Amino acid sequence: MKAFQLACLSVVALGSLGLIGCGGPAADSTTSTSATGGSTTAPKGDPNLKGTISVDGSSTVFKASEAVAADFMLAFPGVNVEVSFSGTGGGFKKFGAGETDISNASRPIKQDEIDAAKANNIDFFEVPIGYDGLTVVVHPENTWATQLTVVELKKIWEPTSTVKSWKDVRPGFPDVPIKLYGPGTSSGTFDYFTKVIVGKEKSMRTDFQASEDDNVILTGVAGDKGAIGYFGLAYYEENKDKLTAVAIDNGNGPVAPSKETVTDLSYQPLSRPEFMYVKAEAYARPEVKAFVEFFLGTEGQAIVSEVGYVPFETATYDRIRKMFESGKTGSIFQDSTGKPVEAVLEAAGF
Amino acid sequence: MTPSPFSSVSAGRKFKDKFVHALCLTAVLVGIAFLVVVIVGGIRDGLPRLSLDFLRNPPNPRRPEQAGVFVAMMGSLWVVGLTLLIAVPVGVAAAIYLEEIARPSRTRDFVQANIANLAGVPSIVYGLLGLAVFVRAMQVGTNLLAAGLTMAVLVLPTVILVTQEALRMVPRSIREASLALGGTPWQTLIRQTLPTSIGTILTGIIFAAARAIGETAPLIVVGAVGFIVKSPSNLTDSYTVLPLQIYSWSSDPKKSFQINASAAIFVLIVVLTAMNLTAIVLRNKLQRR
Repeated sequence: MKAFQLACLSVVALGSLGLIGCGGPAADSTTSTSATGGSTTAPKGDPNLKGTISVDGSSTVFKASEAVAADFMLAFPGVNVEVSFSGTGGGFKKFGAGETDISNASRPIKQDEIDAAKANNIDFFEVPIGYDGLTVVVHPENTWATQLTVVELKKIWEPTSTVKSWKDVRPGFPDVPIKLYGPGTSSGTFDYFTKVIVGKEKSMRTDFQASEDDNVILTGVAGDKGAIGYFGLAYYEENKDKLTAVAIDNGNGPVAPSKETVTDLSYQPLSRPEFMYVKAEAYARPEVKAFVEFFLGTEGQAIVSEVGYVPFETATYDRIRKMFESGKTGSIFQDSTGKPVEAVLEAAGF
Repeated sequence: MTPSPFSSVSAGRKFKDKFVHALCLTAVLVGIAFLVVVIVGGIRDGLPRLSLDFLRNPPNPRRPEQAGVFVAMMGSLWVVGLTLLIAVPVGVAAAIYLEEIARPSRTRDFVQANIANLAGVPSIVYGLLGLAVFVRAMQVGTNLLAAGLTMAVLVLPTVILVTQEALRMVPRSIREASLALGGTPWQTLIRQTLPTSIGTILTGIIFAAARAIGETAPLIVVGAVGFIVKSPSNLTDSYTVLPLQIYSWSSDPKKSFQINASAAIFVLIVVLTAMNLTAIVLRNKLQRR
């Protein structure tokens, strides 16, 4: 009887392992069938390509990276891509320690991060993957606020804001109550907007209608004459007929958001390039090379645009490919804040 | 009629009794209410996703309707299983040593105090410890083994403290009877003390398992992955866990992913409840013997 009791103790201790024992072997078959079963595009990559690619870094880029990885694995079923979101800085720490193959970043790498990588003999390729551009939108019948300065935006959105009516924003604006819409506080878009407009990340007045669903912001602003909101440029471009985009004046005259003004970075401060840093040693592996090519190819660009970023011009992608072919490693964007990706690549001779 | 010895109890004391009764009941109800909110919320918001396919499918960032929690659930089970496999033998042995074998000394008191302290250390600290010791210094890598080791260290104080408590609750008379009948200390421990206390020890193990399945922060630090479609099949594999999957889905701007998050929360609670029920049934059975 006592032996039985001890046996029970060990049974419980091993209980969950037992469960795993049953689940383990079944795991692979279920995963692979459902992954291919959900496919809408026929696999077209090299089916013999195998290996694991570990990606970490920016949580903003995570959405794009994750989506590209999912489609990539449908095309290359033998390759396993694992994507994490430790944040840009956290990602670079792991990248510098040699623990990841690719590090996503919503800003260029910093000197101390380069030094840390160098100390571990890690060389990298720097790959811009697209622009992140935010668009401030108002109701089509709002004829007064088609241009706003960054200072006025700050006045509207800052935590201490007393703006209740449009007349509080600029003298001469009509007395129409203002209603605010925006992405929820957990989104990267919120972080970025608060950082560049309010001046402090995650700091904003709380009486705005928050939604993680762009569609809610769209319907809200389109249904209220006094409303103002913001979301990704790609979403605005699809709904140009329902809303008006506000031209932003950052001190150099108003600039309306568009693919062009985001791409040449004249639309400031609401646009910035996003990056992917690829370990040189990993890029020598065929599956990593295939993944990067997929990311920069037609499928990858379509996804980048779908998750709300502005993809580069074809010529820019050609330059990026040229950089890879030349074997150029290290950072050329490190001191390039505010300069268009195309121009930086050209200046570096690609 | 002889006056009952309780008839002298004043109305004031009766009221106090009722008041405390009501207070305690409210306290219980508050706890249950939150649980109900979570479960009902999970069912209501996650209903469109709650199906067998949701349990069988890997995550799918392109088509949320086809996504599932299979990979995360397997990851969680692996991590909890490994954690217990490491923490239970070590924890129970340590408790036996401290309680039954070690003579009272300053060193023992020092160790004892530290274990009690460790039980209160925030979990992120264990994550950083795991990263420095297991992942980097011992070169384990960012895999299941590192997760199991880290979580084992995290729950070890709980296992030790509860096991000690269980051993302390065994009546002195049982030990003395065994020894008087000629049993060696070892026989007394194996045949009397441990079997008598096993119910309470199990409770401690349940606590440990429940904590391990709900923890996220230390696992993010030691390398749990945000998006992975392959379930782990051995110790050196990468993994994700249910709470991390929930976090990743709930932070997605798209509504359909939020539905996934709700459904996954419901699954997590069902798994937790099932674990607790199994353990409670087992414990009651063992205690009746």
